[in-house]
Amino acid sequence: MAGNVDSMADKRFIVSSSPHWRSPVATPQIMRDVIIALLPASVMGIIFFKLHALLIILVSVIFAVLTEAVIQKALHKPVTINDYSAAVAGLLLALVLPPTVPLWIPAIGSIVAIGIAKHVFGGLGQNPFNPALIGRAVLLASWPVLMTRWVWPVSQAPWMQGFDALTTATPLALLKLSGIKTPYAALFFGNVAGCIGETSVPAILLGALYLIWRGHITLRIPGYFIGTVAVLSALFRQDPLFHVLAGGLMLGAFFMATDYVSTPVTPRGQALFGIGCGVLTVMIRLFGGYPEGVCYAILIMDAATAVLDKFTRPRRFGEVRRSA
Amino acid sequence: MNLRSFLGGTHVPHSKEATAAKPIREARLPAKVTIPLHQHTGAPCEPLVKVGDHVLVGQKIGDSPAKLTAPVHASVSGKVAAIGYYLQSGGRLVNSIVIESDGEQQLSPDVRPRGTVEDLSSEDIVNIIREAGIVGLGGAAFPTYFKLVPPPGKKFDTLVINGSECEPYLTADHRIMLERPDDIVYGIKALMKAARVGRAFVGIEDNKPDAIEAIRRAVSGVPGIEVVALATKYPQGAEKQLVKAILGREIPSGGLPVDVGVVVNNVGTAAAVADALKEGMPLVERVVTVAGSCVREPQNLRVRIGTSIGELIEECGGFVKEPAKVIIGGPMMGVAQFSLDVPVTKGTSGVLALSRGEVEAEDVSMPCVRCGKCVEVCPMRLLPLFISQRAEAGRFDEAEEYNALDCIECGSCSYICPSRRPLVQAIRLAKSEIMARRRKKQ
Ligand code: SF4
Ligand code: SF4
Repeated sequence: MAGNVDSMADKRFIVSSSPHWRSPVATPQIMRDVIIALLPASVMGIIFFKLHALLIILVSVIFAVLTEAVIQKALHKPVTINDYSAAVAGLLLALVLPPTVPLWIPAIGSIVAIGIAKHVFGGLGQNPFNPALIGRAVLLASWPVLMTRWVWPVSQAPWMQGFDALTTATPLALLKLSGIKTPYAALFFGNVAGCIGETSVPAILLGALYLIWRGHITLRIPGYFIGTVAVLSALFRQDPLFHVLAGGLMLGAFFMATDYVSTPVTPRGQALFGIGCGVLTVMIRLFGGYPEGVCYAILIMDAATAVLDKFTRPRRFGEVRRSA
Repeated sequence: MNLRSFLGGTHVPHSKEATAAKPIREARLPAKVTIPLHQHTGAPCEPLVKVGDHVLVGQKIGDSPAKLTAPVHASVSGKVAAIGYYLQSGGRLVNSIVIESDGEQQLSPDVRPRGTVEDLSSEDIVNIIREAGIVGLGGAAFPTYFKLVPPPGKKFDTLVINGSECEPYLTADHRIMLERPDDIVYGIKALMKAARVGRAFVGIEDNKPDAIEAIRRAVSGVPGIEVVALATKYPQGAEKQLVKAILGREIPSGGLPVDVGVVVNNVGTAAAVADALKEGMPLVERVVTVAGSCVREPQNLRVRIGTSIGELIEECGGFVKEPAKVIIGGPMMGVAQFSLDVPVTKGTSGVLALSRGEVEAEDVSMPCVRCGKCVEVCPMRLLPLFISQRAEAGRFDEAEEYNALDCIECGSCSYICPSRRPLVQAIRLAKSEIMARRRKKQ
């Protein structure tokens, strides 16, 4: 046995397992990019619905971050609010609230989203359901009247003048309850009643493009989701373009159904997830008790995520499927 | 032209600029070499010399009667100073022969031309390759002669030559392709004859257009050999992905290239085969890329097997700053070293010294956020997040059920994971546990 063994005491270098370097993209940056991607929709919401929309967004984000910090402190866990994930949930929640709600509504919603939907299940990465959507669903069930009070955006479009006498309602509700079809242009640009961040399609698409360009999301889930809504509503002799542009579909498809944690990781699982969301959305919109179904559709599909992942495993390289 | 590729994989920074344009340089003759008797897959060699013996360059100094092994040869002339257990890359102690160089580089009489590809039989070539101790120079160090003879009942129809060099930093193969294209083609002809195949493909990533050009020129007029430009994507050079990209054939799970009629060799190996035939020179030196941000003058060196990696770094001007990690191989699949006092072996493709900044990303690990990026990049189309999750929980049966054994440990999943999960590490643990349990059952 020779002397070289002595150099084993040499502790100057890190000895760890390969790979020895990592992609520069880290989870907190992705979360920060999601916030950046949501800015156009947030800004449009504030332009349309003024100061109150801004206050709702602020309260929602602040309560989400505070809730995370308080829970982690109480559980003696490291406080991880700097990973931006709580802020993302808070912002998403604000964007799916009506612009009229009193400010305690986003506060309670954020506490539910972070405290229950996220931390009861073990925190980041563990929540089976989208926290923001759980927050919204709980609020809608608890305060149905407050959660369905809509206003016209401040900037009045000429086509709206005639409807001023009507009870304000979202385009989907107008169609479902009164048979009134909002013009495409208004639907597209978001000059309609709706949740703070869901009405302006170009703003949402701009953010979505940013996330795609950064490589954080793919078109798989949103594409199947929106495509299914279009095809299915056409099959039911509805106007597919209207159903694609109206309501929370764009925001839901690009920002809720692409939530990493609560959606499948396999390519086929993601496709099925998108299709399932689309089918459920159309079913609720056409045959359900609510005019809009995006939120519940995604939550129901979230519940199916584990099963989808399990049964849509990719065919691995070199796998020989036994032919029956 | 449509570049050929495979599904999955990822784009990693190449970091090859520092060395790709510099000609290979002959390294200084070391004062002493430490030649491990086990630098290949298979049985270790027994020493054929004693302490005090005088040995010549190319003289066989270790061999084994085992079926799968590769003899080792003296890379310098001089005196056998010691035989004993020395540290080898990866922290193993391996029985090794230490030779003190006499500076003469006197050739052994065994080093003489063996004949031409035309004159030699397939068996002759296989034997010459074995006797020359040639192993896969891409890093795996699998004995080449063993691969060239198909198991009973199977046959080769195609030889695939790997010139993709997909690991970042490494440019040794690139330089060999530029500087020795005719020798590579000669080696390919020999390998084709040995494996009894009529056609060969040389796969080269399209980030090396000059290498593609050089080999194309060298094969023009040679029947049966074709150069294929491959998409630059990691891990293009992994055997299974390479064969898939070039031939569209998928090596079955748990199988070998021979199962689809293919034998794969590296460009450096082909050049070594040419040396063994034309000059009778066994594998006593190889080209090593010495690079990384901490190395003063990164370059490719032609190095005597057994030279310590510390000497190579010195020859490249030493460290500009203290490295955080020293790696043998590439940053994706290489092995971190805790000492510079380990020898270059036949499988050493590179020596990298990386700074704190380049490697620090691993320090922070967050919970998996199920982003699915590891799934998208896995070239074996596995679900790395689930395998590692099961492995970390000690549920190895479930890890096996998620096909942990199919993992080729390419590192793509860990590389891409934004939460910096130690995926490969966990999967490797699962693999060794699963294999251990299988052995126990037998
Ligand atoms: S890449 Fe990392 S965070 Fe993303 S799913 Fe895989 S293990 Fe989880
Ligand atoms: S699981 Fe294995 S084969 Fe797949 S990316 Fe990770 S290391 Fe590579």
